[in-house]
Formats: sequence, C-alpha cells, structure tokens
Amino acid sequence: MVPISYYLILSAVLFGLGVIGFVFKRNIITIFMAIELMLNAVNLAFVAFSREFNQLDGLIFVFFVIVVAAAEAAVGLAIVMVIARNRKSLNVEDVNLLKF
Amino acid sequence: MNIAMLVFIACGVMAIVGAIALILAREPVHSALALVLVMISLAILYLLLGAAFIAAIQILVYAGAIMVLFVFVIMLLNAGVEVRTNVSRLAKWVGLPLGIFFLVEMTYSLFREYGGRASVAGGAAAPVPASTQDLSIKLFTEFVLPFELTSILILIAILGALVLAKRES
Repeated sequence: MVPISYYLILSAVLFGLGVIGFVFKRNIITIFMAIELMLNAVNLAFVAFSREFNQLDGLIFVFFVIVVAAAEAAVGLAIVMVIARNRKSLNVEDVNLLKF
Repeated sequence: MNIAMLVFIACGVMAIVGAIALILAREPVHSALALVLVMISLAILYLLLGAAFIAAIQILVYAGAIMVLFVFVIMLLNAGVEVRTNVSRLAKWVGLPLGIFFLVEMTYSLFREYGGRASVAGGAAAPVPASTQDLSIKLFTEFVLPFELTSILILIAILGALVLAKRES
C-alpha cells in the first residue's frame, strides 16, 4: 500500500503550487482557482490522516471544508463580477485603491 | 510495486501536472480545465484511501458545481488572455525563492515526521474503509450543530451573492 508520507508530500506540493499561483497570477479568477487548489491540497492531507489514524473526524472536516469552499466561491465570484463591472478589467493590478 | 502504488503515482503526477498547467496557462478557461483535472485525480486518490463519499462529493460539488460557477463567470465576463505584466522585482527575487523554500521545507518536515511510518492500512489491524453510514451517523449526532450552521452559512452566501451581483438601478 501507499505510505502516508507520499500523500502528505503530494498535498504539500499541491499547496505550494497553489501558493505560487496565488502570488504570481494576475487574473483575479485564476487567483481564486489557486485558492481552491490550496483547499484541495489540505483536504487530501485530512483524508490521508483520517485513514492513517482510522478516525472519521477528518472526513467530516473535509465535508465542511467543501461546503465552505462552495459558499466562498459563490460570494467571491460575485465580488469578482462587481470588480469587473466597476473597473472594466480582471487584472488585480488595476484594483489598487488600498495599495500603499 | 503494487496496483495501489501505480494508481497513486498516476493520479499524483496527473494532479501535479494539472496544478502546473493551472499556473502556466494564459487563458482562464484552460486554467479551469486544469483545475478540473486536479480535482478528478484527487477524487480517485480519495477512493484509493477508502473515502468513497468524499470522492463522490468531490466530483459533484467541486468538479461539478464550483467549476461550473467558475466557467460561468469566465463566460459572463468574457475573460480573455491574461495580460502579462512585468512581475515586480521583489516578487521575482524574493517571492519565488521563498515559495520554493516553503514547498521544500514543508515536504522535508512532513517526510521527516511521517517518512518512517508504516503504510496506510498496512498494519496488522487494517482500518475498514469509512462507510457513508458511519460518516452520516457521526455527522448527524456529534456534528449536528456545525452541520446546521453550515446551512445558515450557505443561506447567507446565497443572499450575499445575490446582493453583490444585483445591478444597482
């Protein structure tokens, strides 16, 4: 069978790629996708640990993470639509009112 | 090298390739497709870990509902090719090395902590796969309050999305 460390390393790599995407992408929708990627990576670690320690709580937590991700995607994409309507652009560099 | 290992390697490579494609793609639609690839391979990994219910909702909610929402917004906003602005020097010379350092450090510390452990479900008492029945019993007894709170959360999210997306007249 597959050792748990392999799952955790895959999860870490996916999370790291999500962080890199979050920092380097310029399109606000793609940045959202990078956030979803990070959530997915964390879910993988939860499921792997849940299997390793034979506890169901990890799976319950994954369930809640997915629910919250769905809510976050709905509200976040609504915000993206408002930004796109007001700024006429999806580039995050155009959204700089709060930038120092 | 057994079949589980082969499936893991195939899905793991698919997930990492999808994640890299998400970062490198210029068109948002291509990024969305790459993310769907990552989610499907993660669902197969959940099946491999014996979490059939989680795999099912991964496909239904993530690869289905959330990605449809993303593709819908991309279509509505007519999101084209990402304008490649010159990345600030701070991001290039500090951000990228720190990102890679973060990745390597996390991998190393996880490997040091769990590298010597026995394989998943490989010990004498192999854990049974988590059945949907066990999961739902736990969800509706021990975690019933968070479960109800998430329904309120979703209600608020629906209202928030509606209010935000409404055109001011």
